[in-house]
Amino acid sequence: MITLKVNGREVSVDADPATPLLYVLRDHLKLNGAKFGCGLGQCGACTVMLDSEAVFSCVVPVSAVGKRAVKTVEGLGTPENPGPLQQAFIEEQAAQCGYCIAGMIMRAQALLERSPSPTEDDIRAALAPNLCRCGTHMRILRAVKRASDKGSA
Amino acid sequence: MIARESRRRFLRETGALVAFFSLPCPRAQSQGASKALPGSLKGSPYLDAWIRIDREGKVTLFTGKAELGQGIKTALLQLAAEELAVPLERIELVTADTALTPNEGYTSGSRSMQDSGTAIRHAAAQVRALLVAQAAQRLGVSAESLSVSMGSIHALDGRTLQYGELVAGQVLHVQAEERSAFVEPGKRVIAGKSLRRVDIPAKVAGGVAYVHDLRFPGMVHARIVRPPSASATLVALDASEVERMPTVLKVVRDGRFIGVIAEREYECIRAARSLAARAKWEESASLPPRAHLYDALLRLPAEDHVIAESAAASPAGGKQVRAEYRRPYQMHAAIGPSCAVAELKDGKYTVWTHSQGVYPLRDALAELLAVPKEAVRCIHAEGSGCYGHNGADDVAADAALLARSLPGRPVRVQWMREDEHAWEPFGAAMVSRANAVLDASGTVAQFEYEVWSNTHSTRPGKAGNLLAGLHVAKSFEPPAPRPIPQPEGGGDRNAIPLYAFPGVRVVHRFIPQMPLRVSALRGLGAYMNVFSLESFMDELTLAAGADPVEYRLRHLRDARGREVIRLAAEKFGWSTWQRRPRAGRGFAFARYKNLAGYLALAMEVEVGRDTGAVQISRVVAAADSGEIVNPDGLRNQIEGGIVQSASWTLSEEVAFDDTRITSRDWAAYPILRFPAVPRSIEVHLVDRPGQPFLGTGEVAQGPTAACIANALADATGMRVRELPFSPPRLRRLFAAG
Ligand code: FES
Ligand code: FES
Repeated sequence: MITLKVNGREVSVDADPATPLLYVLRDHLKLNGAKFGCGLGQCGACTVMLDSEAVFSCVVPVSAVGKRAVKTVEGLGTPENPGPLQQAFIEEQAAQCGYCIAGMIMRAQALLERSPSPTEDDIRAALAPNLCRCGTHMRILRAVKRASDKGSA
Repeated sequence: MIARESRRRFLRETGALVAFFSLPCPRAQSQGASKALPGSLKGSPYLDAWIRIDREGKVTLFTGKAELGQGIKTALLQLAAEELAVPLERIELVTADTALTPNEGYTSGSRSMQDSGTAIRHAAAQVRALLVAQAAQRLGVSAESLSVSMGSIHALDGRTLQYGELVAGQVLHVQAEERSAFVEPGKRVIAGKSLRRVDIPAKVAGGVAYVHDLRFPGMVHARIVRPPSASATLVALDASEVERMPTVLKVVRDGRFIGVIAEREYECIRAARSLAARAKWEESASLPPRAHLYDALLRLPAEDHVIAESAAASPAGGKQVRAEYRRPYQMHAAIGPSCAVAELKDGKYTVWTHSQGVYPLRDALAELLAVPKEAVRCIHAEGSGCYGHNGADDVAADAALLARSLPGRPVRVQWMREDEHAWEPFGAAMVSRANAVLDASGTVAQFEYEVWSNTHSTRPGKAGNLLAGLHVAKSFEPPAPRPIPQPEGGGDRNAIPLYAFPGVRVVHRFIPQMPLRVSALRGLGAYMNVFSLESFMDELTLAAGADPVEYRLRHLRDARGREVIRLAAEKFGWSTWQRRPRAGRGFAFARYKNLAGYLALAMEVEVGRDTGAVQISRVVAAADSGEIVNPDGLRNQIEGGIVQSASWTLSEEVAFDDTRITSRDWAAYPILRFPAVPRSIEVHLVDRPGQPFLGTGEVAQGPTAACIANALADATGMRVRELPFSPPRLRRLFAAG
């Protein structure tokens, strides 16, 4: 059994220690937010936060998580009660297929936690690891700006 | 017409009206199809195929189209809510499901609003009219004196009837009429507004939004072990060790089709990897030489189709301009690999799929599984944005084949990244040649265009269209590829210029033989043909010493086309633009398929001569898609199309050696990342209330490519005619000269 803290809750999972965190989140804990995109650390669809850091959950073995708190997009709010960054994505209608969006939100969340007033170039640089095929980039940038101090100021 | 006659008789005899089942009605089929009816009502003319209302007044709307991230659910709900006068939240929408919804073929070609939107708007308006007529009769007042709101009908004296009361106990389905009385444009409160999409909240908060998120009791996971290359044959497979792994339920082998099923996903992936390591394949060098790809294509036998021809006298001594353009194989490259869940239970298959066509897929699966069509139900569940025929259908076949070996257990198959990259059907490589003669004023007198292409659709319908159908021991023959006829066209989509050239000859040189498996990628041939034609227009502009915007307007008679060109130029500030070092501007225009939405683009780029990088600094788009149902949804699709096409144009090309596809991950097939996407995109819309929906999903693909080419030429003086304009290619070209 491996013990994890996910979205503020302590959970124990029966998984091989080599299992990437992504599969534990999706299959053991039945969370939908983190997505499988490549399994190679190239696309960011699986992005979650470990403490304050955005990571590719597809390449982090569950045994390497240790005491760090795991946060997924479910930890920011619900469809009925979205958190501020999720709300900004809704207001900007920043999704087409939306498959990349949970990963985008988690990477942006990590950015805003360490730098609440990023410039557009900061946001672009921070989100560079995450791919979007639908070309929703302009809206994602607007949503992150809207959720930042600059956007609300 | 029988339909109208029978309705009139029914009204006369019973006074009763519409329709409605409280149970799901499996019969949304196409008996009584009528050519004169609008949109998809042609194939499914009964109103209750589209709209049902139960005794409680609950409205259910049915569409054969699927949500692909284009926002179709929201747009269709808006149309229905407006015409039915029912709050949008009170309508339940059922999308593409072979047991429940009309058969609307594929969700493709920017046709969903034309097909389904038109059908639903008419059906909703007619249902409302029928309910009002029914209420008038019950209340003993005239229909004109009644008003409708919030799903009820009100008389002047205050009496009110709910929709549910009007349909209670009545089971009837009637055929649609050709014409409907719509809510007047000025009185619309839902359609035409930028309502927020209904699917987005779940997508930003980890709701169940995709086929990937479906979890059924007893569900198991499977992976496919594909051959290393398309023509590889299996020499040996030692599955014994993998079969003994404690979590593995089954290894399935049928010819070259190999799958492994396990209780848990990650264990399944590990089992698939060790199985792959234990498979021995024999491969042959069957791919064309990549360095001479275009020569190889041009050498293949081609069928010539002359798709436009009008003769005109050649001006004596007129200036002649020629050019050849090239487009490599490109990928759909969805961010989420293809996925499906299938279950065999009591002799029937249920398949949850992100296919763009649940009915054609059902037919193909029935053939593959050798069962009657009735034994297969395909239900659409969203996938990752596909942009054409990707692995969606193939993975559904994988899941169905594996489910056959494990009845009673839902089997979820998800492709790995390398499966998606290497095995999706690509967008076809193409070559085009343009040739024009200008008169003394620089105006085009004669224009010729040839385009060489494979087919742009190998979509199912047949088991031979499915990858698994090609790999099983008793394999299925792929249907002979055919060109998609004009006016929509496939490889020749948008090959006929919209400009009024006096002499025109356009030839589609259709190449049946496919060196690589290809199929529909967003826009089909329009991406390449608009890239070619609109690049060429700028080459002609240069030869004529004209201005690109003026030159286009000089040749274009189409009033709506002229309007978007003027609008884009004006909003961009074309006439006052100031040249800056390293920067250039470009313009491009097309009407998608020459019959759908119009788009004009103006753009500014900055080019790094040392890096070979093209940074798009500003894009201004002007679009006319007929009547607009959701302006923000339209903008979202156009913005997305511009960014995606910029990615295709600036970086994308499928790589392969003489045997294998080598673009197997995002490193080997890079797409645009945030730092390189345009700095700004503005989309200006021309609304045409009362005009037909024209379809927008694919309008941006071609114009964006040409616009970048033209801006690049303006910035550097160098015309690049081979896609993509990747930094290594541009560096080479700049170095050469
Ligand atoms: S799925 Fe983890 S980076 Fe792509
Ligand atoms: S919205 Fe589809 S991948 Fe980003």
